[in-house]
Amino acid sequence: MSGNTGYEGLMPFMKLRLLWTRAYYSVCFFRSGLLFFLSEESDLSGNTSVIPFFWLAAPERSHLIAMIRSLTMKKIFIFIFLALCFLSNPALSGEKETHDQVKIGFVTTLTGSAALIGEDMKFGAELALEHLKGRMGELDVSIIYEDDESKPEIGKQVTDKLVQWDNVDFVTGFIWSHVLLASRRSVLNAGNFLISANAGPSQMAGKMCHDNFFSVSWQGDQMSMAIGEVLNKKGIKNIYMMAPNYTAGKDMISGFLRVFKGQVMGIDQTKWGGVPQLDFSAEFAKVRSSGADALWAFYPGKSNFSFLNQYEQSGLAEHIPLYTVFVFDATTLPRMQEAGLKSVPGSLFPQFWDPTLNIPANNVFVTDFRAKHNRYPSFYAAQSYDAINLINLAVTSVKGDLTDREGMRMAMETADFPSVRGKFRFGRNHFPIQNFYLRKIVTDKESNWTSEVVETIFIDHQDPYVDACLR
Amino acid sequence: MSFELLLVQILNGFQLGVLLFLVAAGFTLIFGIMGFLNLAHGSFYMIGAFICSSFTLLSGSFFVGIFLTLPVMALLGAAFELLFARHLYERDHLDQALATFGIMLVFNALVQIIWGVQGVQISLPDYLRIGMDLPVLRGFSFYRLIIILVGVFVASFLYFLVHRTHFGMLIRACSSDRMMLASLGVNVQRFLTVVFALGAVLSGFSGMMVLPLSGGFVGMGREIMILSFIVVIMGGAGSVKGAFWAALLIGFIDTMGRAFVDDLLKFLVTSQISETVAPAVTSILIYLFMFVILFFMPRGLFPLKTR
Repeated sequence: MSGNTGYEGLMPFMKLRLLWTRAYYSVCFFRSGLLFFLSEESDLSGNTSVIPFFWLAAPERSHLIAMIRSLTMKKIFIFIFLALCFLSNPALSGEKETHDQVKIGFVTTLTGSAALIGEDMKFGAELALEHLKGRMGELDVSIIYEDDESKPEIGKQVTDKLVQWDNVDFVTGFIWSHVLLASRRSVLNAGNFLISANAGPSQMAGKMCHDNFFSVSWQGDQMSMAIGEVLNKKGIKNIYMMAPNYTAGKDMISGFLRVFKGQVMGIDQTKWGGVPQLDFSAEFAKVRSSGADALWAFYPGKSNFSFLNQYEQSGLAEHIPLYTVFVFDATTLPRMQEAGLKSVPGSLFPQFWDPTLNIPANNVFVTDFRAKHNRYPSFYAAQSYDAINLINLAVTSVKGDLTDREGMRMAMETADFPSVRGKFRFGRNHFPIQNFYLRKIVTDKESNWTSEVVETIFIDHQDPYVDACLR
Repeated sequence: MSFELLLVQILNGFQLGVLLFLVAAGFTLIFGIMGFLNLAHGSFYMIGAFICSSFTLLSGSFFVGIFLTLPVMALLGAAFELLFARHLYERDHLDQALATFGIMLVFNALVQIIWGVQGVQISLPDYLRIGMDLPVLRGFSFYRLIIILVGVFVASFLYFLVHRTHFGMLIRACSSDRMMLASLGVNVQRFLTVVFALGAVLSGFSGMMVLPLSGGFVGMGREIMILSFIVVIMGGAGSVKGAFWAALLIGFIDTMGRAFVDDLLKFLVTSQISETVAPAVTSILIYLFMFVILFFMPRGLFPLKTR
């Protein structure tokens, strides 16, 4: 490198810009190819090679010409190969979809540090299907699992793919509320059913409620309201709050503040997203010096271990008790036990479900799950199990006529299926009205860490957003 | 805001900076000497943590785990250089970035296949896991103090290595003029393999240190890679000294941002708004800082004088 331009340090970035430009050209080219094959209006038997080309905007057209000029034989072969792939897809080659099977799209996280939750949800759905013997009424069932990488933009992409490509009738799954919010339109605008098996953002319980959206889980505020109620009863006066900075974190905080009567000493919202913040040293030092009586936290899936581990290491565990929502679940408890976290046994947390609930459907679910996977199911699995059973209710009640959307909706609104949480009903916003229990981490007979119900916090509790739902 | 809290937060920032330095040091050496852009460098951080956890479980001791992993990391780094990196030196940065990015994805997938999606967790030995209850350092864990001490030790060792030994002289010579060094009879190729191994060991060591704090998980290298990229650019590409100060600065700013931004904002706006704005401000703080530094010092804090 000669000459002191002073920008040598930035060379990699400039190179990356070049990469970006090349990628952009490729995408333009690819898209023009896609337009050609995806155009439903164009008559494929007619003179099609010209029309889609002129649909392109002028700059894209000139890119395309440039690209075609630079084509080598190798690239032409690749393009033909891709074209054949597209044409061989039944959805695109003009074959009409037939309702001889129920197709369910399942969006969850299958890679990255939250993949454990996704795996558990997958296990729950698979078990439900096994119990249904792979059929709903007269129809075969296929579940197509897609990975959202716990990113909203990827979640929306795979949802689009499920709806437009695979022609699914139902889309379910969704661990993360921001992913659900980003993906909802893709499903609902296409007239399909969207069933959340975990996320419960306040927006979708309120203003954005929809005829075809159902939740078999909970609304975020409720869980937090339940633990707030418990803390009121315990007479805790000052609290410090920590949650990740995304939709559900905000719901959890607002739910807690809705019921908690004491004083809030501070709120920290830490970085979330593809790479969440995993070092909480700065926050724990603040908690320590704030003089709070207790610490409230919401850290699902990927960061709960780091959180608890550092809660112990910072010495906070001996001074400030921890009350949590969505920190403990059966997917991570075995690892916490392996790592010997001392503050975990005896921890209290709220939930709408517990493996010890003595309900016939639940007993079958928990026993079979344990036999198959050699550990307790988490509530994530329980919700997924219920989601598949709710879909089964819809399909069987219309006798497999999947075009009868009205009939399926009416059937689902009754919630008349053997849920693992027992009998419950749907509110106007299609969120469950259900009990919330206080659970406690205990050691079972085989000395595994699991949970049991201590008391019922709420009976038939409805979320606070239902009034804003003007469906 | 008490003095005590401020002190603990300064130490927290210091600890993050030290971990960052260990990763950035190897990256900057390789980038400075060969102009080689290795996006897979963060993978060594991840692999170090995973291998160390397995050795710890096998041997029952965290320290044995670390000492067994260090030579493995050196071998991995050397193998990486011989098999992949060597063939990319003469290509431009774009090709290097693409190739090493691909390798990073392969490493992620391999780790997920070997150790599973759930990642690995180990707990500290009992004598390390105590929180310190000294009057001035309430709530600062003993282990974090050890990280700082070890990190400072490694940093001074590196400084000694680069500036006071024959090996360090070669490193510096290599970054100024590789051709000249080769014509003086030094086997530059073999020398580069050694430097690569050193980089992998440092990065892997950082991963091992962080393992008892936040556990090991697939993709953990990505976050640290972004940060250490900033460190290298801010410190001046190729400069170990620059990497050290930039890493401390980044660790410090990030921690201070998380600790005090919301309190500071409360002076300006209502506390409700500050609770909403603070996380956003905190997460862009280091990038803002990088912007300011590069605006006034486009070649970084301590640019290499040669070239």
